[in-house]
Amino acid sequence: MEFKPRNQNNHSIAEIRYAHSSRNLWSGILFGIGLIAFIDEAIFHQLLHWHHFYDKSTSNIGLVSDGLFHALSWFATIGSLFMFADLRRRKGLWLNRWAGGILLGAGSFQLYDGIIQHKLMRLHQIRYNVDIRPYDLIWNVAAAAMIVFGIFLIIQTRRSTLNVKADSHHAQ
Amino acid sequence: MHNNAHVHDSGAGSDLLILAAFALVIVIYIGAAVYSGRRYKKWPISRILFWVLGVMCTGSAIAGPLADRAHIDFTAHMIGHILLGMLAPIFLVLAAPTTLALRTLDIQSARRLSKLLKSWPVRFVSNPIIASILNIGGLWILYTTDLYRAMQHTIIVHALVHFHVFFAGYLFTASMIYIDPMPHPFSYKFRMIVFALSLAGHDILSKYIYAHPPSGVMRTQAESGGMFMYYAGDAVDLVLIFLLCYQWFKAIRPRESLAI
Repeated sequence: MEFKPRNQNNHSIAEIRYAHSSRNLWSGILFGIGLIAFIDEAIFHQLLHWHHFYDKSTSNIGLVSDGLFHALSWFATIGSLFMFADLRRRKGLWLNRWAGGILLGAGSFQLYDGIIQHKLMRLHQIRYNVDIRPYDLIWNVAAAAMIVFGIFLIIQTRRSTLNVKADSHHAQ
Repeated sequence: MHNNAHVHDSGAGSDLLILAAFALVIVIYIGAAVYSGRRYKKWPISRILFWVLGVMCTGSAIAGPLADRAHIDFTAHMIGHILLGMLAPIFLVLAAPTTLALRTLDIQSARRLSKLLKSWPVRFVSNPIIASILNIGGLWILYTTDLYRAMQHTIIVHALVHFHVFFAGYLFTASMIYIDPMPHPFSYKFRMIVFALSLAGHDILSKYIYAHPPSGVMRTQAESGGMFMYYAGDAVDLVLIFLLCYQWFKAIRPRESLAI
């Protein structure tokens, strides 16, 4: 329990958040990677059956890349949620910065999946027996949009903005 | 498909022997728990339960109907390996057998055991990187060389492969999740990175099996076996990752909050 005056409390929360700024960001990025990989597996592999477990055109480097990213995303989902719980326990959770991390992580992974894994390594395609171009376009534009919004949120939650907010609380 | 009659025939008689050996292992553990519980704090029931579950997973993988089917069905073989090399080790590690041994043995034997645990060979194989190579590397050799076929034909090879899968699995689990005392612990970050890489090695191998059936395995069986290895392996590793992260979460708890 904290027994400080409210202003001081707000200020200290801002300071705690800043002290854990990078952990907020990393927790978000890792959770974003895990989340997008989970959506990919659950929706495109299991529900729609568009994606295939293995595609005859898959190169060996594609298998390695797929395995590494699958393992990373699996670990990242759980690890990032424990980081999230740790941030909450320390009262250092900074939701906007965390969300920015999610968008950046998810967007980056989707862009890597869409361009490197689907196109260059030919791991598998988004869907088979259709004109693939609109699917690829939507996939990669959505990825780019997530990256842009993510970076926007991360820039918004730099230290300078934090100080302004903390000061305005003091002024009230 | 019954070109493996040699292994197959050793059925019922050896099954009973194996069953008796496993029952003995459970009895010894419970005996030690009760005996040491008189002198020290009571040994937790949960650990006894973990031990029984671990021994049962091991037993069901090497004797009985699943083990019989594993000779002709690659997916059954895979289920056996997940039980033997992944699930059983988690339960057994959670049962903290070394801790139990240390408090049950007389002081001199306990000292000898702890000296052994600190010796360089044990230190070497309990390094997460070495344990991962023994575990995942062994699987790569098994499924990408003729070893898998040899295993189905020669009972010695069969037994050795099972021993290796089990001990490498236990070593791997114990090198990641510290329940028993660890004389030379590695940092959480290091263990997490090594763990993620070996998980990747496991995933890559299961897709590789899907695409390139091991010698003597039909394509359809390799496909279902590979997929089972991929998804079931992920499910069991989920538990390991959770335990590892939870230990990290407990270890880094802020100390100040306790004082308030």
